[in-house]
Amino acid sequence: MSALAHVPPPGTGAGPRPAPAARARGRWVPYLLLAPGLVWLALFFILPTITLFSTSLQTGSLAAGYEQTFEFSNYTSAWSEYWPQLVRSFGYAGIATVAALAIAYPLAYTIAFKAGKYRNVMLVLVIAPFYTSFLLRTLAWKTILADNGIIVETMERLGILQVLSYVGLTADDRVLATPLAVITGLTYNFLPFMTLPLYASLERLDPRLVEAAGDLYASPITAFRKVTFPLSLPGVVAGTLLTFIPAAGDYINAQLLGSLPATAMIGNVIDALFLRVLDYPRAAALSVTLMVVIVVMVATYVRRAGTEELV
Amino acid sequence: MADEASGDLRLVRLTKRFGDMAAVDDLSLTIPQGSFFALLGPSGCGKTTTLRMVAGLEQPTEGAIFLGESDITTAKPYRRPVNTVFQSYALFPHLDIFENVAFGLRRRGIKGVDEQVAAMLELVELTGYEKRKPNQLSGGQQQRVAVARALINHPSLLLLDEPLGALDLKLRRQMQLELKRIQTEVGITFVHVTHDQEEAMTMADTVAVMNEGRIEQMGSPVELYENPMTTFVANFLGQSNLVDATVVERGSEHVVADANGHRLAVPLERMHAAGNEMHVGVRPEKVTLTYAADEQTVPAGHNRLPAVIEDASFLGVSTEYTVRLPWGASFGVFAQNLHRDPRLVPAADVLVHWAPEHTFALDASEPLDAGVVPDAQLGTALR
Repeated sequence: MSALAHVPPPGTGAGPRPAPAARARGRWVPYLLLAPGLVWLALFFILPTITLFSTSLQTGSLAAGYEQTFEFSNYTSAWSEYWPQLVRSFGYAGIATVAALAIAYPLAYTIAFKAGKYRNVMLVLVIAPFYTSFLLRTLAWKTILADNGIIVETMERLGILQVLSYVGLTADDRVLATPLAVITGLTYNFLPFMTLPLYASLERLDPRLVEAAGDLYASPITAFRKVTFPLSLPGVVAGTLLTFIPAAGDYINAQLLGSLPATAMIGNVIDALFLRVLDYPRAAALSVTLMVVIVVMVATYVRRAGTEELV
Repeated sequence: MADEASGDLRLVRLTKRFGDMAAVDDLSLTIPQGSFFALLGPSGCGKTTTLRMVAGLEQPTEGAIFLGESDITTAKPYRRPVNTVFQSYALFPHLDIFENVAFGLRRRGIKGVDEQVAAMLELVELTGYEKRKPNQLSGGQQQRVAVARALINHPSLLLLDEPLGALDLKLRRQMQLELKRIQTEVGITFVHVTHDQEEAMTMADTVAVMNEGRIEQMGSPVELYENPMTTFVANFLGQSNLVDATVVERGSEHVVADANGHRLAVPLERMHAAGNEMHVGVRPEKVTLTYAADEQTVPAGHNRLPAVIEDASFLGVSTEYTVRLPWGASFGVFAQNLHRDPRLVPAADVLVHWAPEHTFALDASEPLDAGVVPDAQLGTALR
């Protein structure tokens, strides 16, 4: 756009006008700059999405070959068979997102306002887990939540385990292989994605606004409710999206920390259909479903949060 | 809330230390109810810290703050009948103008928000802007919202922290008059912190000049300007010509001092020097330039010094001369353009002279250039 703006309108140029060839080249510069990104998007996003959608409407088998038959029943049959996993995915992801928000908000707040000279150290600590692999970090939780481990024992002694078992998050005095373990894993793994955007939006907040709220008769709690929190909403929205979307599609945590099929999420189903059952059309149908549901949920959420102008 | 604690604001031996550094040092002062008071000083003199302690945003290390009869030293900011107009306004960016102004009323659950906000926006001439967001307003409009947001609470005390610092010169002049008008209209005590001497003098009834955590001198703008008591005040507030001199004679009405062999008379009531060594001063507009050959026209009894014109700049209404005294010190003279003497050009031998009643004498313990603002005039014009 700015490149176009530099081209003087015909007849008004006070200085020497560039040659027509140079002007034509100037007009192409923005498109040239966009080209690598556009090619990347076309090859690795648009094309696969089209292929996925087309696969979801095919019939056949891997041995006999697939045929484009616009078989919409792939969707209905996949939904009727796998709706519990679909619902479970959004349930687990939702709880994990709320838990991550509850942990990350005070953490980000502390780093932004109270950490002083330790601010950078704390930020590094938030990111530090990324230095080990996702798989290893998840496996470590098997030890942390082990049946005779200190955490489970303590929870049992305090009666927390019994309560959790009553609401169905744990079973048989165990944490491993239960929904709680999967949700814990999801919360842990996506915590940095919640913390960093929250920190970014809190760090940008002018502390004088909070002082001004106090000056205008707002107690510290009211000042938080009316000023700090609303102004950190862009971070809350970004953080919850960055946590919820990957958590809803995750299958590693359910596989390693949960027990299949009891805690299977939609990712596990898609994984099984693609790689073991080799039912490509229905795997594709579930993938498309997951994508559409997430897009619709995100759009509604962002609109409801009313943060378009703040983001 | 305004009724709970009102009356004079009293700071009693207020001290604030940050580590070893005393930002405010044993400060005592009383600000009468309903006055427009300015705390004037260079940056880092402790004026903002003082204001923040009154607002409750900073806890004093020692001393007490009273508002009328009640001790508010340790009261939480949100429990004080004090409101602040912050330096950068600190308007809430996520709320519209209406909600910004209504913020204080809503926090205290006061009825009739709509009418009060409407009245307040009318006072600051912003009716019709209710639904705008702060970033859609100009600097001057934001400043008025900040004033409205504070005033709507009818505080006993309104604190203004460099409220005009972010505005351009023309808008500042306009807002100075505006603030003065509002203060007269609502009759609330205004405490105004600024480093701009012109701003302080235009608006305030009483000005306290602060330096290094202490008050140098306090009084009406005229008093401070005409009879400065310290070298810092003489230089910080306007310009002064100061000459080193030693007392040679103490009379019943005047003290006579010797400055490099020239006798200068100072009225007793304008003597602020403890010992015999002092700085004798006079404001540049009080001084007259006379061509050396016309010495007989200088009124008898005037203090006079020989000099050579170094520079003359014609400013239209006046001419500013810089002259050099025999011992090398420079001396400024502002002359109104009534009848220009064509002989007063650079390199001309002249006499500078002025009436003794315009002379003041300051203690020589401070250096001659204490409180000099670099590029004083330029500074205000360009900001």
